[in-house]
Amino acid sequence: MAEPLLALEGVEARYGPVKALHGVSLTVGEGEIVAVLGANGAGKTTTLRAISGTVRRSGAIRFAGKSIAGRPPEAVARLGIAHVPEGRGTLSELSVGENLRLGAYSRRDRAAIREDEERILADFPWLEERRNQRAGTLSGGEQQMLALARALMLRPRLVLLDEPSLGLAPRVVADIFRIVGELNEREGMTVLVVEQNAILALEAASRAYVLEVGRVALEGGSEMLRRNESVRKSYLGY
Amino acid sequence: MILAFDWTQLAQQTVIGLSSGGLWALLALALVLIYRSTGVINFAQGEMAMFSTFIAWSLIHHGLSYWEAFFLTLAISFVGGVALERVVIRPVERAPVLTVVIVTLGLFFLVDGAARWFWSSETRSLPNAFSTRPITVAGVAFSIQDLGNIAVSLGVVALLFALFQFTKLGLALRAAAVNPEESRLLGIRVSWMLALGWGLAAAMGAVSGMLTAPALASFDQNLMQPVLLYAFAGAVLGGISSPFGAVVGTLLLGVFVNLIGTYVDWIGTDLRLPAAFAVILGVLLVRPAGLFGRASVRRV
Repeated sequence: MAEPLLALEGVEARYGPVKALHGVSLTVGEGEIVAVLGANGAGKTTTLRAISGTVRRSGAIRFAGKSIAGRPPEAVARLGIAHVPEGRGTLSELSVGENLRLGAYSRRDRAAIREDEERILADFPWLEERRNQRAGTLSGGEQQMLALARALMLRPRLVLLDEPSLGLAPRVVADIFRIVGELNEREGMTVLVVEQNAILALEAASRAYVLEVGRVALEGGSEMLRRNESVRKSYLGY
Repeated sequence: MILAFDWTQLAQQTVIGLSSGGLWALLALALVLIYRSTGVINFAQGEMAMFSTFIAWSLIHHGLSYWEAFFLTLAISFVGGVALERVVIRPVERAPVLTVVIVTLGLFFLVDGAARWFWSSETRSLPNAFSTRPITVAGVAFSIQDLGNIAVSLGVVALLFALFQFTKLGLALRAAAVNPEESRLLGIRVSWMLALGWGLAAAMGAVSGMLTAPALASFDQNLMQPVLLYAFAGAVLGGISSPFGAVVGTLLLGVFVNLIGTYVDWIGTDLRLPAAFAVILGVLLVRPAGLFGRASVRRV
C-alpha cells in the first residue's frame, strides 16, 4: 500500500501543563474524507491543531513524505494544508475579496490563482456580490462558506475542517457538507473533518476515528461505526 | 468687522497649521501602525525619530546634501526599526499589554540616552529641505517650506496607503496586525510582518523628524517630544485604530492649534496646547472611539 498522505503516530499535545493528546495515531489517504468524532474535550480540535502546529506537540506527523512535527503553522500551510479553524478564522476587518486573496497568499502561480478564483466563485456565486463587504458582517453560515472557499484558494492537498456545523442552522450545515462531498468527488479534495454531529460526519466520510480523552478509542469504516453499539448510543443517539 | 476680516492671514495660518499637522500626521501614523499590531502606544516613537534626525545631521555633517542624507537615513531607520522589533519587542510578543508598554517606555530612555551619548547635548541645526523664499499663490504669500512639508507628508501618506491597499504585502501586514493566529494558518509569517511594521513606523518617524528640525533655529535631543504629544493627541482625536483618522485628526489639530493661537488673543502661544486638549476631551466625550474610530464588529 502506498504511503498515506497524512500519518500521525503517537502524537501528544499539551496546553501549558495540561496534556490534551495522549498518543494519537491516524492516517488520511489521498482523496479520502476522514472524520474525527468524540465528546467535548476528547481532543478533536487539538488533533487538528497538532497537525497545523498551533499547539505544542510531539510524536511523529508525516505529510506527503515529510515530517512536519517541528514546523510552525505558516510553514505547514505552505506545504498545502488548509486549516479552517473553530470559529472559521475569518479576518473580520478585511473584505470578503481580501479574505479570498489571502487564501492563496503562499502561492506564486498567478494565472492558476485567477483560474481557481473563478472556479470557486462559480461554486459560491454570492461571494462575488459581497466581494467588498467586510467579512465580519457576514452571517455565521456565510462565514463558514467563506472559510471553505478561502481554504480552496490554497489549492490544498489536505483540508482540516474544525466543527463546520458549530452554531449553524441545520440547512446551512447540510449545504456545507454537500459542497465538501461534491469537491471530494469532483476534485479528489482530501479532508480531515472534526465534527460533533456524528450522523452528518459519518455520512460524508468513508472512515472515522473516535477519540476519548486524548486517545483513539475506536476506528473503522463509516458503515461499520454506524452499526457499532457504543458509537450509536454515545454519538448517534439511538 | 466682517468686512475687515483678513482672508490672506487666514489662508496663511491655515497652511502653516497644515504644515505642522502633516509632520505630526507621519508620527501619528507610525503610532497607529504599531498600535494596530501590538495594541500599545510606542512611547519611544518620538525618540526613535529624533535619533534618525541626528543620523541625518551626522551624514550632512560629513558632506552629504540634505536629500542624500534624507533617503539614506530612511533606509537606516527602516533597518533599525526592524532590528529593534527583533531584539526588544519579539521576546515580549506574547506578553501582556502592560509589559509591552513598559518595554516601549524603557526603549524611550534607551534611545534618548543613546542619542545623548553619541551626540553631545549642544544644540545644532539642519539645513532647510526647501527654499525659504515665499511663493505667491492667488495673491497670498506662502512659505515654500510649509508647502513642501505638506507635499512630502501627503506623499508619504499616499505611498503608505497604496502599500497597504494595493499590494499583497500590505494585505498580509493588515491581516497579521488584526488576526495574527488566523493569518499564520494562511501561511503569513506574522512575526516578520510585525518587524516590517516597526521598520515602516521608524521610517515615517524619520521623515517627520527630518522635516521638523529644519524649521527650528536649533534643536537638541528633545526635538520630537512635543511632536509625539501632538501626534498622539491627533491620533486619539481621529480614532487611534484608524490610519485615516490619525491623518485627519492631526491635520485638524495642526490647523486648530495654529488658528486659535492667532485669533484668540488671550490664548496666544502659551495656552494653545491646553486649548487643543480641551477640545479633544470634548470630542472624546461625545465620540469615545474618536472621530473615525470604530469598535470592531463581529457577528458569530
